[in-house]
Amino acid sequence: MLAYTIRRLAGSIPTILVLIVASFFLMRLAPGGPFTSERPLPPEVLANIEARYGLDQPLWKQLWDYLLNIILRFDFGPSLVFKDRDVSDIISQGLPITLTYGLLTFVVATVVGVSLGVYAAMHHNTWVDYLAVSLGIFAQSLPNFIMGPVLILIFTLWLGWLPGGGWNGGQWPYLIMPVIALSTSYIGSITRITRSAMLEVLNSNYVRTARAKGLSERSIIWRHTLKPTLLPVVSYLGPVFVYVVTGSVFVDIYFSTGGLGQYFVSAALTRDYSVLLGITILYGVLTVIVNLLTDLAYAWLDPKIRL
Amino acid sequence: MLGRSSKAAKVAEELSHYGGVRGRSLARDALQRFLSNKAAIFCVFFLAAIVLFVLFGPALAKWNNEEIDWAVLGDIAAQGMPSVQSGHYFGTDELGRDLYSRTIQATGTSLMVGLIGTAMALVVGTTWGVTAGYLGGRVDSIMMRIVDILYSVPITLVVILILVVAGRSFTTLFIALGSVSWLTMSRIVRAQTLALKNREFIEAARAGGVSELMIVVRHIIPNLLGVLIVYASLLVPDLIFAESFISFLGLGISEPYTSLGALISEGAGTMGYGTLWQLLVPLFFYVSITFTMFFIGDGLRDALDPKDR
Repeated sequence: MLAYTIRRLAGSIPTILVLIVASFFLMRLAPGGPFTSERPLPPEVLANIEARYGLDQPLWKQLWDYLLNIILRFDFGPSLVFKDRDVSDIISQGLPITLTYGLLTFVVATVVGVSLGVYAAMHHNTWVDYLAVSLGIFAQSLPNFIMGPVLILIFTLWLGWLPGGGWNGGQWPYLIMPVIALSTSYIGSITRITRSAMLEVLNSNYVRTARAKGLSERSIIWRHTLKPTLLPVVSYLGPVFVYVVTGSVFVDIYFSTGGLGQYFVSAALTRDYSVLLGITILYGVLTVIVNLLTDLAYAWLDPKIRL
Repeated sequence: MLGRSSKAAKVAEELSHYGGVRGRSLARDALQRFLSNKAAIFCVFFLAAIVLFVLFGPALAKWNNEEIDWAVLGDIAAQGMPSVQSGHYFGTDELGRDLYSRTIQATGTSLMVGLIGTAMALVVGTTWGVTAGYLGGRVDSIMMRIVDILYSVPITLVVILILVVAGRSFTTLFIALGSVSWLTMSRIVRAQTLALKNREFIEAARAGGVSELMIVVRHIIPNLLGVLIVYASLLVPDLIFAESFISFLGLGISEPYTSLGALISEGAGTMGYGTLWQLLVPLFFYVSITFTMFFIGDGLRDALDPKDR
């Protein structure tokens, strides 16, 4: 297990390096920089600014410095648009917020989705099952940017129960709508994945044996079927993480939560390369880590995989 | 006397026309299964209705999508609402433009994005996956490594990056979506190719002197079709989602072109002013399209890949 973890970690280093290098060059190839404005700056001023940010160095030198700074000091350089703010500042400010509701979404989507899926499979071909399946597909076609406005319309404008945005240190009234908006469509897909996995397990021979032995239905579900049912769900959690990360961009913009997504979009609009690059790399690294964790969880759950 | 009864004659006739019972092909079986899935068929018709609406809806429009109706501009909430008399069947948007025309245009954009993006994913993903899987060895590991790397970045963010770098236009949007949408497809195709390439019928073809290229074209790819159709149909709503998401953030294609995400974003911005139709109309179209696509994709999966149940 340990050897596998180390091997996987070592394998992900080139992945992350290639990611950094590729996005670095993609950014620098872009026409127009952060200092292009309506009124062109005098060339001397522009040269000074570029020297300040090291943009006058040859590309390979810029890349090398950038890499070294990230690896040695976790320093993604200064923001090109916000004066006296480092990308690391922005990240350390926004990431905790994004992670808070992101993790909550993860937990809510998994718990609700798995319970619904198991319940539907236990009542296979009854109206409960059909309802769960239809609701699952319906929920899947309700992505965050649909749920967000609808929730605000109902709970803020009509009922006035919840604040329409803000963060306020992460108090729960500010968390409810972002989490529901983000988790709805994954609840749908996790429900469906769990249901079909559970059905397959319930039809397997060893479950029949367990029933023949006279075990109670409850103990069959909890002791014998839950673990194999979770396998496909676990392998789906990697993609869900990517979706939650992407969706957080919407949440940060729409609910003004102040997470990383807000900075990502404003950086995209102002061509603040260093912020854009820093956030992309951060998300890439997080994704690599989450994929590693899900693989490990998979190996732990599946007795057929020996590491 | 013997065997002269009508029943015996019938049996004799059936026997003499041996082969009267025709075998059913796999494709026919799948079609049968799909046709008996009522929900999926309903969704096919519903989607067809939306496509027809996009194609022929403009003929009924009294306003085009760029015209501003100055008569309603000052008081959208009271006068810009959906009505047949004013010719704004879906009302107007915040700037007094006809929402009917804009919805048609936006729905068209979304459908186009889904179709073109999926087509690109099919071509690139199949080529990539078949090449990697069939050649194997080092080529395979390098090609799949590239896919892994691209996979480790949140894809929508990559599309935003490309749009920022290359400028926001239809062409860039299609290229950006196409350049990231083929990843899953290539993985699936590679796995299937690996499973297929050591089968006996491939060996037989090789023994018969068929060239490698012809083996791929004639024997591998036809066997991938079922899987390809299923995943292509499930990719369409994904791409429509990605594009609408980007447009919602205001990073997608720019005016005068519009898309459902942009319309939903506009509607969401004005829903406090009593102009709820601006949110509900594009929202209805978006949800209908993705909902029907999911159902159709599911139906296709059940039909083409029955062991996946």
